[in-house]
Amino acid sequence: MEKRVTFDNRLLPYLLLTPQLLVTIVFFFWPAAQALYQSLLLPDPFGLGARFVWFSNFEYLFGDSYYLQSFITTAVFSFFVTLASMSFALLFAVLADQVIKGEGAYKTLLIWPYAVAPAVAGVMWLFMFQPSIGVLAFYMKKAGIHWDPLLNGTHAMTLVVAAAAWKQISYNFLFFLAGLQAIPKSLIEAAAIDGAGRWHRFRTIIFPLLSPTTFFLLVVNIVYAFFETFGIIHTMTLGGPGQSTTILVYKVYADGFVGQDLGSSAAQSVILMVVVGLLTVIQFRYIERRVHY
Amino acid sequence: MATISLRDVRKNYGNTEVIHGVSLDVADGEFIVIVGPSGCGKSTLLRMVAGLERITGGTIEIGGRVVNELEPRERDIAMVFQNYALYPHMSVFDNMAYGLKIAGKSKAEIRERVDKAATMLQLEPYLARKPRALSGGQRQRVAMGRALVRDPSAFLFDEPLSNLDAKLRVQMRLEIKQMQQSVGTTSLYVTHDQVEAMTLADRLVVMNAGVAEQIDTPMEVYRKPATTFVAGFIGSPAMNMLRGAANGTGFALDGGGRIAVRADELAGHDRPLLLGVRPEHLVLAGDRDPEFELSVIAVETLGADTLAHGRLAGANGTGDAFVARLPGSARVSAGDRLPLVIEPGTAHVFDAESGQRL
Ligand SMILES: Nc1ncnc2c1ncn2[C@@H]1O[C@H](COP(=O)(O)OP(=O)(O)OP(=O)(O)O)[C@@H](O)[C@H]1O
Ligand SMILES: [Mg+2]
Repeated sequence: MEKRVTFDNRLLPYLLLTPQLLVTIVFFFWPAAQALYQSLLLPDPFGLGARFVWFSNFEYLFGDSYYLQSFITTAVFSFFVTLASMSFALLFAVLADQVIKGEGAYKTLLIWPYAVAPAVAGVMWLFMFQPSIGVLAFYMKKAGIHWDPLLNGTHAMTLVVAAAAWKQISYNFLFFLAGLQAIPKSLIEAAAIDGAGRWHRFRTIIFPLLSPTTFFLLVVNIVYAFFETFGIIHTMTLGGPGQSTTILVYKVYADGFVGQDLGSSAAQSVILMVVVGLLTVIQFRYIERRVHY
Repeated sequence: MATISLRDVRKNYGNTEVIHGVSLDVADGEFIVIVGPSGCGKSTLLRMVAGLERITGGTIEIGGRVVNELEPRERDIAMVFQNYALYPHMSVFDNMAYGLKIAGKSKAEIRERVDKAATMLQLEPYLARKPRALSGGQRQRVAMGRALVRDPSAFLFDEPLSNLDAKLRVQMRLEIKQMQQSVGTTSLYVTHDQVEAMTLADRLVVMNAGVAEQIDTPMEVYRKPATTFVAGFIGSPAMNMLRGAANGTGFALDGGGRIAVRADELAGHDRPLLLGVRPEHLVLAGDRDPEFELSVIAVETLGADTLAHGRLAGANGTGDAFVARLPGSARVSAGDRLPLVIEPGTAHVFDAESGQRL
C-alpha cells in the first residue's frame, strides 16, 4: 500500500494551497474576467462611462484590415523566431555536446543571453543595427547592403526576429543539450558501426530521440514569441514602421494604452487568449502523436 | 569472414596506460573469448578493434588490412553491446534493417535477410514491435539479429549476456555458439564469466590489468595455466596455492609443516615456489599413503560434489585456506582430518616471485 502523509487538521490543506490560489486568482482569473467584461463595453470618448455593446467590439475588429494584418505579422514573426531560435540552439547544442575541453566555458557563454532583460536586449540590438551609428550597420553598408530598418518594414521585421530569437537561444540550448546528453552513447556507436555517417546518425537516431524536447520547446517558443517579445518590439520599433512589426500583443497595448480604445484592446486580449489556447491544444493533439517517447 | 591480428596494441588515457601491448592472431572463423576481471581492459581492447576508441600504439588488422585509422563503418564489423543499444524509436524490423538500408540494399533483399535472421533467432512474431515491448532475452536476440543480417567479416560481443538471468544466460550461450558455428564468422567475445569463456571459446585470451596473460584453448588454459593469475581465475573453486620450497622428497610449506608430494614437477627447483593444486584433483588417499591431511573446517554439499574447506593439518595455524572437491558420496564433516593425495601429473608449479609457470 502506498504510504501517505495524512493531516488531522481539515483546514490545513486549504491553508497551504491558499497562497498559490490567491496568486492565480489575483493575477490571472481576475484580469481575465475583467478583460472579458471590458471587451463587451464601449467607453465614451471622455472615459467617464461605458455602454454595454455586446459583441460589437469583436465585430469591429474582424472588419478591421489593420487587425487582420497584425495576425499575419504575428504568424510570420512567431514562425521565424521559433525556427531561428530552435535551429541555432540545436546547432550549438550538438556542437557543445562534442566539445571535450573547456565545456563549462562554452556552456556559460551560451547561457548568458538568457539573463538579459528583453528591453535591454532590444536596445542593444537597436544600437548595433542603427543605420547611422550602429557598428554592424556600418559594416553592412560597407558590404553594399542597403540597410534601413527605420523605413523598411522587412528590415525592421528581420531585426526584431533576430533580437527575439537571440534572446531565446540560451533557453533552448540548455534543453537541447540536456536532451542530447540523455541519449545513450552506445546507440550512437551502434549506428556508427552499422555504417551511418554523422549526418545520417543525426537524422535517423539523434533527432527522433530528441523529439520530446523539441516538441516541448516548440510550445514554449511559440508562446514566447506571442507574448514575451513585447519588450523587444517596444524598445526597437514601437510596432513600426507603419504596422510592419505590430504583433497582436503589441497591438493590445498600442490600441488600449496609446489609442485609449479600451474596449477593442480588451476584445483583442480575449482573442489572443483563445488563439494561444487553441495553438496549444492543436500542438498536443496532432504533433505529440508523432513524438517518440 | 576474415582474420584479425593485433600487434603490440596499446592504449593510453592521458598519462595512464591501460592496455600494455597485446598481440593476438585470430584465424578466419575462430571464436576468441577475452576474459578477465572487471577493469582489466577487455572492453577497451574490443572497442579499439571496433574503431570506437583510438589506438595509441601498435596495429590492428582485419582481413589483412590495417584499420588503425579507419572509421567503424569502414571496418566491416558488427558489434553486440551489453545494454543491446537497440534504437528505441524503431521497430524490431527497422532495427535489423538499419545497416542494410544504409548499405543501399534493395527492399526485397533487406526483407529476405531480416526474415532469415528472424527465423534463425525466433523473432518473427516480434518484427513489428518496438524494443520497449520485448523481454530482455528477446532484446538480446534482436541485437544479435542486427549483427547477423549484415554478414560482416567479424562479430564483436561485449558482455552480451550479463544482463540476463542465469537460466536464460545458459540458453543464449548455446544459441550464440550455434549461430556462430553455422555462419562461421570470426568472433571476439568479451566476458568476465569463466563458464561462458570456457564453453564458447575456440581460444581464450585471459587478461589481467591490461596484459594478455595467456592465449590458448580453454583446455590448455585449464591444464597449463601460464601464471598464478590465470590459475586462480580459471576453474571453480579456484586453484589452491601453497607457498613454500621444494625440499628433498617433499614440499616445505612457508606456513609450517611439510607435505610429501610425489609430483615430479617439483624436481630441480630450489627457489621459493607456489604449488598449485585444483580442488578437483585431490582424492581421498584410501589405502595409499596420504601426501597430506586436510583438517576440515566447513563442508558444502552440492549434490554431485562435496566441497571440503579447511587448512592443511600440520601447518601451524597460519596455513593457507584449502579446498578439496570430493565426490558427492564422500562422508565428510567439519572437524575431520582427511588424508589426501594429488592425482599424478596434475600439480602446477609457479615461481613465487614472478608468478610464472615453471
Ligand atoms: N575514458 C577513460 N579515461 C580513463 N580511464 C579509463 C577510461 N575508460 C576506461 N578507463 C580505464 O581503463 C581500464 C579498462 O577499462 P575497461 O572498460 O576496458 O574494463 P573492462 O575489462 O571492460 O571491465 P568491465 O568488466 O567492468 O566492463 C579501467 O581501469 C578503466 O578505469
Ligand atoms: Mg567492459
